Amino acid sequence: MSTNPAIQVRGLVKKYGDKTAVAGIDLTVEQGEIFALLGPNGAGKTTTVEILEGYRSANSGEIKVLGFDPATKGSAAQKWRNKIGIVLQSANDAADLTVIETVSHFANYFDNPKGTHHVINAVGLSDKENSKTRQLSGGQRRRLDVALGIIGSPELLFLDEPTTGFDPEARRSFWDLIRTLKSEGTTILLTTHYLDEAQELADRVGVINNGKIIEIAPPTTLGGRNNAPAKVIWLENGVNKEILTTNPTDEVIKLNKQFNGPIPELQVLRPNLEEIYLRMIGELK
Amino acid sequence: MKNFKDTLRIGVLRSFLELKQFMRQRESLVFTLLFPVILLFIFGSVFQDTIAPGVTFSQYFVAGMIASGLVNTGFQQLAITIPMERDDGTLKRLRGTPMSVTSYFIGKALLVTILMIIQTALLLFFGSVVFDLNLPSDSQLWWNFTWLVILGSACSTVLGIAFSVVPKSGRGASAVVSPIVIILQFFSGVFFVFTSLPDWMQQFAAIFPLKWLTQGMRSVFLPDDFATQEVAQSWEIGKTAIVLLIWLIVGLFIAIRTFKWSRE
Repeated sequence: MSTNPAIQVRGLVKKYGDKTAVAGIDLTVEQGEIFALLGPNGAGKTTTVEILEGYRSANSGEIKVLGFDPATKGSAAQKWRNKIGIVLQSANDAADLTVIETVSHFANYFDNPKGTHHVINAVGLSDKENSKTRQLSGGQRRRLDVALGIIGSPELLFLDEPTTGFDPEARRSFWDLIRTLKSEGTTILLTTHYLDEAQELADRVGVINNGKIIEIAPPTTLGGRNNAPAKVIWLENGVNKEILTTNPTDEVIKLNKQFNGPIPELQVLRPNLEEIYLRMIGELK
Repeated sequence: MKNFKDTLRIGVLRSFLELKQFMRQRESLVFTLLFPVILLFIFGSVFQDTIAPGVTFSQYFVAGMIASGLVNTGFQQLAITIPMERDDGTLKRLRGTPMSVTSYFIGKALLVTILMIIQTALLLFFGSVVFDLNLPSDSQLWWNFTWLVILGSACSTVLGIAFSVVPKSGRGASAVVSPIVIILQFFSGVFFVFTSLPDWMQQFAAIFPLKWLTQGMRSVFLPDDFATQEVAQSWEIGKTAIVLLIWLIVGLFIAIRTFKWSRE
């Protein structure tokens, strides 16, 4: 078992005309890891991911995906594509085919496909197996996309905003599916707009803005979140009181003594990931 | 060798899948596959006179309709559906799999061939049942017919793939492609007797493969002595083969060089 990272990027630059979309990104994703790329629209997320997927070529930089340069053409690239799975941002293809026709056809493209029924079952489309793709709801359509992404038993799976348009229940069951894939050893690179999704799934989060990575950290410590001032809120004489403190424990002990017992309606709030993130990309002062 | 076999196998599987999709779209079924039959019915019913002793207009028209059927199922169909596949994500998804572009091309070529066989069979069937079309009895003519269909389909396929980069979007594709095909059909003597067209029109049409295909098909379906009424007083079978071959090679070269998986 090699311990080479699944993805290794050094100094990735991509320009469209004189506009720089990606301005020198370094990124390492370890094998078996779920890595989430967060960033506002136009930050360079999709461009970066599409370069890693081999859809676009970089202007400069060193890129290794499963030890392979994705810009390579020819039969070597085809072999490499056997080991990666791609779930695109939006697709409306195969409208006139049924779920099972589509999935079983795509299985033919790969050297080591998973079982068609197993995959359809895993994404929760068993009862829609014989429905035409055009009859699926948005969330079901997305799950079909995921099925097509994992049918080839990929070592590395790219998920570009996979749960856009899901209802909360569908999102939960989708998260379970991703955790199962991780437990089977699949490395996953995820881009998302949803902070809770990154928090739920990702081992590490990379925040990207204006074509640069601002920070890479586990979701719990991103942006110094673990050390950021916390808000302590309680009820005193019928009025809500709050205090911002870097040491909430001391504050709670103090209040505990003051009330000589339980503190009425006590809350200790750490800034949530969303606030941290918005502050990082400069949307929130 | 295993690689080549896989490429071919996946190409064949793709053609089945594409055929399934084609048959499930009512518009494509009616406007691509049945349209020439509908036209044959209309033109055959309107123009019932003979254009030469023993040659009905519908006999002349079937030859033209089979030739332009090749343009419909190949060039027109591909130049419209490939931009649509580029828009709806089909091509992008395929690009992300180990499937090779050769398999994709093979799938398209086989799809066109299958559609062409169905369409030609329909035209010949309706032609003979409804308009007393005379089918050739000579095996040499059937041989000419066969290579004309194969060469014509191949030509039409590669030109369709090559032209698929021209429409700016899938939605606008048919507005770009259909008029070209219709004008070419008028200029190439599909709807009218070719020799009755103005000289400049005849010369313009002679650049493109459809004129040669219709002329070739006439050589199959019209009596041999009708050749004297052609522009060159002959069927020009050899020249037809050469023109089609040149278009095939040029089209293939352009298709391979310019084919795009995505819009940007």
